[in-house]
Amino acid sequence: MNYFPDEVIEHVFDFVTSHKDRNSISLVCKSWFKIERYSRQNVFIGNCYSISPERLLRRFPCFKSLTLKGKPHFADFNLVPHGWGGFVQPWIEALARSRVGLEELRLKRMVVTDEGLELLSRSFVNFKSLVLVSCEGFSTDGLASIASNCRHLRDLDLQENEIDDHRGQWLSCFPETYTSLVTLNFACLEGETNLVALERLVARSPNLRSLKLNRAVPLDALARLMACAPQIVDLGVGSYEDEQDSESCLKLQAAIRKCTSLRSLSGFLEAAPHCLSAFHPVCHNLTSLNLSYAAEIHGSHLIKLIEHCKKLQRLWILDSIGDKGLEVVASTCKELQELRVFPTDLHGGGNTAVTEDGLVAISAGCPKLHSILYFCQQMTNAALITVARNCPNFIRFRLCILEPHKPDHVTSQPLDEGFGAIVQACKNLKRLSVSGLLTDQVFLYIGMFATQLEMLSIAFAGDTDKGMLYVLNGCKKMRKLEIRDSPFGDAALLADVNKYETMRSLWMSSCEVTLGGCKRLARKAPWLNVEIINENDNNRMEENGYEGRQKVDNKLYLYRTVVGTRVDAPPFVWIL
Amino acid sequence: MSPEEELQSNGSVASSTRNIVGVLKEHNYLGLSDCSSVGSSNLSGLADDDKATISLKATELTLGLPGSQSPARDTELNLLGPAKLDEKPFFPLLPSKDEMCSSSSHKNIASGNKRGFSDTMDKVPVYTEKNWMFPEAVLATQSVIKKEVAQNLPKGKLSTTNNSSSPPAAKAQIVGWPPVRSYRKNTLATTCKNSDEVDGKPGSGPLFVKVSMDGAPYLRKVDLRSYTNYGELSAALEKMFTTFTLGQCGTSGATGKDVRNETKLKDLLNGKDYVLTYEDKDGDWMLVGDFSWEIFIGVCKKLKIMKGCDAIGLAAAPAPAPRAMEKSKMRA
Repeated sequence: MNYFPDEVIEHVFDFVTSHKDRNSISLVCKSWFKIERYSRQNVFIGNCYSISPERLLRRFPCFKSLTLKGKPHFADFNLVPHGWGGFVQPWIEALARSRVGLEELRLKRMVVTDEGLELLSRSFVNFKSLVLVSCEGFSTDGLASIASNCRHLRDLDLQENEIDDHRGQWLSCFPETYTSLVTLNFACLEGETNLVALERLVARSPNLRSLKLNRAVPLDALARLMACAPQIVDLGVGSYEDEQDSESCLKLQAAIRKCTSLRSLSGFLEAAPHCLSAFHPVCHNLTSLNLSYAAEIHGSHLIKLIEHCKKLQRLWILDSIGDKGLEVVASTCKELQELRVFPTDLHGGGNTAVTEDGLVAISAGCPKLHSILYFCQQMTNAALITVARNCPNFIRFRLCILEPHKPDHVTSQPLDEGFGAIVQACKNLKRLSVSGLLTDQVFLYIGMFATQLEMLSIAFAGDTDKGMLYVLNGCKKMRKLEIRDSPFGDAALLADVNKYETMRSLWMSSCEVTLGGCKRLARKAPWLNVEIINENDNNRMEENGYEGRQKVDNKLYLYRTVVGTRVDAPPFVWIL
Repeated sequence: MSPEEELQSNGSVASSTRNIVGVLKEHNYLGLSDCSSVGSSNLSGLADDDKATISLKATELTLGLPGSQSPARDTELNLLGPAKLDEKPFFPLLPSKDEMCSSSSHKNIASGNKRGFSDTMDKVPVYTEKNWMFPEAVLATQSVIKKEVAQNLPKGKLSTTNNSSSPPAAKAQIVGWPPVRSYRKNTLATTCKNSDEVDGKPGSGPLFVKVSMDGAPYLRKVDLRSYTNYGELSAALEKMFTTFTLGQCGTSGATGKDVRNETKLKDLLNGKDYVLTYEDKDGDWMLVGDFSWEIFIGVCKKLKIMKGCDAIGLAAAPAPAPRAMEKSKMRA
C-alpha cells in the first residue's frame, strides 16, 4: 500500500465506515493515521467526558457527523439525579467556533438547551440531520430555531425526549420554500400541534420517508397526511380514536392502501382497539412494528394484525400479547431478528401475561432472532437452556424478571444454569442483562464463556466479590459494566485497576464499595474519572473524617478519560 | 426434572458445566456468603458491643435514596446481623436514641436511612396544624388530610412513609426498577389514565412528576400514584428534601453535631414556612390541597416547594368543588 498515492488510499478508506475498523486502520502506520484522520466523516464518542471538543477537532478536522452520548445508561431509570451532567453546550460552542462543516448531530442522554439549538442552527450552513434520543432541557422554542434556520435540514428525529412543550408554532417556522424534509419524528411532544402547518409541511415534502406524529394528531388529520404522502416508508400514528366506520376512518383506509412503500409502523399512543384493522392491507410488507405504547389494544387485535406480517424483522410489543400471541409470532414471523416485549403492569401485580413459554416458542420459531429484550414474571432454567439450544445466534440477550431475586419458579433454584447455557451457546453475544435469583456461579460462566461480551447489566445478583472478579478477569472485550444492588465491594473493584483502561465505564450503585476503596482506586488510576454521586450533605462527610469506612451505598461511576476531571460537575458529584 | 438431569439429557452442554454443577450444589443459594470473603479489608475493629452496633446501624447514613428499598440488603442485614456492619457512623443526626434504634433500624435501612423529619420529633406529635407543607387554612378545611397525617406519624417511633402497610406500594418503591425508561412509564401512564378516566376507574400506571425546591441543588421525581393522599405525599417529599434544610442549618455557622437537635430543626422548617405548589395543565401555579387527591393527580404536572413568602401571590382556588367540576367538565 506504500506505493499508492494518498488519494488512492483515501478512496479505499471511504469504503470502511465502521468506527472500530477506522480506529484499527489509523493504528497501522503514521501515514495511514494521517490519511484516516483527514478523511474521517463520522465521529462516534461514547462518553462525552472521555475527550474534549478541542482535542476532537485537532484529531479530526474534517468530520461531518458527530455522535455523542452523555449520561450513563442507568440514568434512563431515574438513578442519576437531575443536573449530573452531559451538557452539549460546550461542544456546540467549540464546533461553532471552528470551521468544521457539521452536517449531522446525534445525541443520546444529553442535556440540550434552546440556546444550544439556536447556536447550532445558525452556525452550520449545511446542517442536515438532528437526532436526539432520551435528551432533556430544551423546549419547542429550540425546535423553532432549527426549523427556521436550517435551510437544508433533512432529519429532525426526536426519540423519547423530555421536551418542554410551549404549544407554540414551531412547525410553522419551516419556511414555505423549504422542501427537503426526509424524517420528521415528534412523537414525544405532549402538547397540541398546529395541524394546518403540519399538513402544509408534509404536502411540500416530496422526499418525506419517515413521519412520526404525537398524540395530538387525530384521525382525520392522519388521513389527510397519508393522502399527501403516499411515498412514506415509516409511519408513527399519533391518535386513533374514531368510531369504526366513520368517514375519517374510511378515508384513512383508502389512503393507507396507496402507501405501498410503507415498511415500518409505530405509535398508536392513543388507540381505539379496532384501529389496527385499517392497516391490514399493508401488513404483508411491514418489516418493523412497534406497538409497545399501544396499551389500550387488546392482545387479540394485536394477534390479528401480526398474522399478516410475514416479513417482520423487528417487533416491539407489550406483554399483553401473551404467550399465545408470541406463539403466533413464532409461527408467522420467520424473518424476525429483534423482539422486545415490554411490561404493561410495572408493579408486578401478578398478571402473568408472558412467561418462559412465550420465550421458548419464539426461539423455536424464529431462526434469525439475534436480539431480544424480554420482561416477564417468571423463568426457568429449563426454558433458558432450550432457548440457548434453539438460538445460538444471539448478539443481545436481555432478560428482566420483574421481581428481584426470583428463582426458577419450578425448581426454586437460582437461574445460574439457564444463563450459563445462554453464554455458552451464543458465541457472538455482545450484550447481556441478567435477572432473577443468581449466585456467583452465573458470573463464573459469564467470565468463562462470554468472550465477546461488551456490555453487561447486573441487578440484585451474586454473593461475593468473586462474582465481579470472574467477569472482570474473563470478559476481555468488556466495555460497559453496570451493577446495582449486588454485594460486590472494594476487593473486586481494586483487583485489577488497569482493566478499566480497556473499558468505557463502570457503574456500581447500592453495592458494597466504600469511599476509601474508591479513593484508593482514584489514586492508582489518575487516567480515570472516579465519580461518586452523593445525595447527602457534602460538608458533614468531610468534617467528620469518617471517610474511609463509609459505604458508597449510592452511586459510583468511573470512566476512562484523556482530559482529566470535568469542570461542570454539580456539588453533589464528588470526583475523587 | 432438576437442572442436572436436564443437562445430562442435553448432550450439547459441555461436560465441564456438569462438573461445575456438582460444585454448584454445595453453594448457598440464599446468597449468604462467608462474611470473611466480603470486603475483608473492611473487617477490622469489629464492634463487640452488639447494642452499640445496632445503634450504629440505625444512625448510619448510608447513601440510599429516600424511599428506596433494596430487598437484598434487607435480607442480608437481617441474616448476617450486626457483625457485617463495621463502619463507624459518620454522622448521627441526633444524640442516639437507643429505644428508637432497635425497633426502627430495620425500617430506617429499608427506607434508605434517611431520617424523616418526623423521626427527629421524638415524643412530640409533629403534624399539628402547623404542617410545614400545607398552609394552615387548607388543613383546617381538609379534615381528611389532617387525620391521615396524624396517623402517619406515630409519636416518636418509626419513620413514616414506608407504606409498609400496603405491600404493592412498597414494592413500587425500588428506585429505577423495573428498568423501563421514565419516558415509557409516563407515556403508558398517560395512556392508561386517559382511557380509565373515560371508564371512571382510577389509573394504574405510575405518574412521575418533577419536584423542585427553592435552594435545593437538584430536582427529584416522584410517582404520584404511589401515594393515596396528600399526607403520604407530604411526608415523602419532606423526607426527600429534609437534607437540604439540614444542610442549610449546617452551613449557617453551626459548630458541631449537637447543633442538630429537635427544636432547631422544627424552628428552621416552620420559620422558613415552606409551601407546596404545583403546576397544572394550563401552566398555572397553584397551592396544593384545594382539590381532592384523585383530581389533584389528574391535573398536577410539576411540584415545587416554595418559601411561603414567595407563594403569597398564588391564588388558592376560590371554591374547591365548583372549580373541580369545571375542570373535569372541560376535560370531558
